[in-house]
Amino acid sequence: MEEAVKAPVAEQEEYVINMGPQHPSTHGVLRLVVSLRGEIVRNVEPHIGYIHRGIEKMCESITYPQIIHLTDRMDYLSAHINNEAVCLAVEKALGIEVSDRVKYIRTILSELTRIQSHQLFWATFGMDLGGLTCFFYGLRDREMVLDIFEETCGGRMIVSYNCPGGLMNDIHPNFQNRTKEFIKYFRKTLPEYDRLLTGNVIFQERLRNIGTVTREQAIAWGLTGPVGRASGFSCDVRKHNPYSAYDRVTFNEILYKEGDSFHRYKVRMDEMWESMNIIEQLIDNIPPGAYAEKMKPVIKLPEGEYFQSVETARGELGVYIVSDGNKNPYRVKFRSPNFVHLAPLNLMSKGAKIADLVAINGSLDLIIPDIDR
Amino acid sequence: MNSFIEYFRGIFHGLRSLLNGLSVTGKYFVKPGTTVTQQYPNKRKDLKMFDMFKGEVIMPHNGKNEHKCTGCGICEINCPNGSIEIISASIINEEGKKQRIIDKHIYHLGMCTFCGLCIKACPSQAIEFGQEFEHAVFDRRKLTKVLNQPGSRIMKGVE
Amino acid sequence: MKFSLYDFSSFTAWIDSSLRASMSPGWAVAVEMILIGIAILIFYAIVGLFLVYAERKVCALMQNRLGPNRVGPGGVFQTIADLVKLLFVELVPIKNADRALFNLAPFIVIIASFMAIGAIPFAKGLQAIDLNIGVFYLIAISSMGVIGVLLAGWASNNKYSLIGAMRSGAQIVSYELSVGLALVTMVVLAGTMQLSEIIEGQRWGWFIFKGHIPAVIAFVIYIIAGTAETNRGPFDLAEAESELTAGYHTEYSGIKFAFFFLAEYMNMFIVAAIATTVFFGGWMPFHVYGWDGFNAVMDFVPPLIWFLVKTFFVIFLMMWLKWTFPRLRIDQLLTLEWKYLLPINIFNLLLMAFLVLTGLHW
Repeated sequence: MEEAVKAPVAEQEEYVINMGPQHPSTHGVLRLVVSLRGEIVRNVEPHIGYIHRGIEKMCESITYPQIIHLTDRMDYLSAHINNEAVCLAVEKALGIEVSDRVKYIRTILSELTRIQSHQLFWATFGMDLGGLTCFFYGLRDREMVLDIFEETCGGRMIVSYNCPGGLMNDIHPNFQNRTKEFIKYFRKTLPEYDRLLTGNVIFQERLRNIGTVTREQAIAWGLTGPVGRASGFSCDVRKHNPYSAYDRVTFNEILYKEGDSFHRYKVRMDEMWESMNIIEQLIDNIPPGAYAEKMKPVIKLPEGEYFQSVETARGELGVYIVSDGNKNPYRVKFRSPNFVHLAPLNLMSKGAKIADLVAINGSLDLIIPDIDR
Repeated sequence: MNSFIEYFRGIFHGLRSLLNGLSVTGKYFVKPGTTVTQQYPNKRKDLKMFDMFKGEVIMPHNGKNEHKCTGCGICEINCPNGSIEIISASIINEEGKKQRIIDKHIYHLGMCTFCGLCIKACPSQAIEFGQEFEHAVFDRRKLTKVLNQPGSRIMKGVE
Repeated sequence: MKFSLYDFSSFTAWIDSSLRASMSPGWAVAVEMILIGIAILIFYAIVGLFLVYAERKVCALMQNRLGPNRVGPGGVFQTIADLVKLLFVELVPIKNADRALFNLAPFIVIIASFMAIGAIPFAKGLQAIDLNIGVFYLIAISSMGVIGVLLAGWASNNKYSLIGAMRSGAQIVSYELSVGLALVTMVVLAGTMQLSEIIEGQRWGWFIFKGHIPAVIAFVIYIIAGTAETNRGPFDLAEAESELTAGYHTEYSGIKFAFFFLAEYMNMFIVAAIATTVFFGGWMPFHVYGWDGFNAVMDFVPPLIWFLVKTFFVIFLMMWLKWTFPRLRIDQLLTLEWKYLLPINIFNLLLMAFLVLTGLHW
């Protein structure tokens, strides 16, 4: 690895290939300009913006409840958590305390969202590494979560279930049973994931000591979520700055010291167990109450700046709203985890091989529409 | 010598993990698990969408061709991307007063993001989500729909 | 003429003698060659199409899917429909590609697999040519396909293709060793390189049983190396869908792509057929010495069926590997070969020689 960088000038001819915008491993329209020397990656230059829709700018011309349908489309695998962030920020600004029922339901749905996101991660990660069977097992199990969403929220991925002050509608009577059924099923199926992929010697060899990030680097680059926690950076918003009903449940923050691709993967696998624990603590105790607070027909935030961060499946999502007292925000800024996680890609993959680049890219679990917004 | 033992331990450990993986796929080969694939056009009749499913926005009419829409335009205001257009008219009702009624409730299905804000905001519950999902058409203009049926009237007692 | 499903030698001899009776010997040989060529071509197409379908169904079952189910009952005609589609697909001309080599590459790949099929004994007497160095010939021929792959990667004028081709070159050159040594281990046991005699030697016990542990080790190594040689399964680095889009055949379309595709499946068939011949007794039915009644029942099943069943069993093993494991990285691939398979193989060869010399095999 070192030799590759320090090779004499005559040997430093670059073999540049374009990975993307259409490439099977970039999970969307990310373009990586990769300089190679043989199989060894010397430089990676991510080019973004292929799916830029100007969500932050669009937010300035619509009302607060309408922002929900745009945040759905940022990180579409944690759509519910994104919505929750906006709603929490607006509620905080208005000084509204939502009922316990809303808090509990939001927490359960957030965790279900996290599980389905990690399931899809597992599925696509396996596929990135060439194990095609994982893809279908992951999607098979994700279907059950999506059914829960569809029954209660009406949408499978783009749920649009939150609104400032509560939820759009009450949960479906089947919701609790279906969720419990899923947890029971998934507790049996998750060990199968481990047998198929986690323990596999090829899989481990492919990932261990690949794309290592130290704790200091993780903090310096602002890596959060599973990527940061794999490096030992304790950054779980649910733990350090609890919102909704997270202060009423006990769960572990998954931390690893190694910071390589394998432990990024491992954090996500363990988080699925933790998510199931959280759901099990809440699902039987959903208190009665209103599913939404009475809100004014036109929501106007008092003048000022408001910030709320939540833990999405990928890391810390910050919502920063500047209001000038109108019904539209003056400025909205999203601190999306994916954009931050893309930045150290060059650092992680320098000196690695092409196959490692794919593995690192997969282990970061990037959602491109969230990067470009 | 130690490295020799390590070498063989590595081989056996690796082989065991590989056999573990093979047992998973082998199990499903012998005993197929649940297949989630929908055989769509074949089993179309059995396909039942969930109650809350957001297929399209509809305006239910009762047997006498009456709906609940007053033409207030709140749904139009709440829609984030202008999928709803209200064209209202005013008539003189039986009591001799001028009343605002709906002429056309135009719904652009092609632009709708199914956020549900119009339905949540409607004060008279005149519109709701329908279960229809087969929206593919050859002509884009067919996606612009008029929700109130021709000749329909507002229901008695809805303000 | 006596046609029998159990012994094709009289049937082929009849064709030979009747041809010689009506024309000069030179012409007779030419006509025989053409007949064999046509027969192999038809067999090639049928087996190729069937294997594509089988693979799709097998992986569908393993992945909890339905697999092809639209064209024909259970989707059996799906691959034929795909082939018809491929025939009509435009052959896209590639800018700045080396036109001649670009067009030549798929033929080299397919000719290599063609030549290998000629030496495989399908049943008694059903073998195009019974060389006295059959095993050696197969090892030599099966490594020719890599030339086509290298040419395809070089001539495509595509960076992904070039990387794929280079990987494929490194891979096949190394794994050729393991395939060869694993077969040589069995040749030590058989005492001959002629495929028909190898099969005859397995009349009272297939070599995988006869050879005890060394034979089993040789079989495992052969399956691993054989999978690697066909660029399949966990060793599909040359194609590496998620890294190199499609590797060396990225730029190929239509029937030229179909050639690569078909050749991959035929290579799998050839690897499995060699494994069957050398380890599982080829077309020889399962016999146990002394159980005459049992042996008679086994003999009732035609040898061709025996051969195909065993071959498809080995093919299933290879499919199972492919649909379970993630892909290896290039350095791990070479580590596996040079640090694990090769030393074990050499040791295994010694063990087998010892076994044969001491007469510990049956």
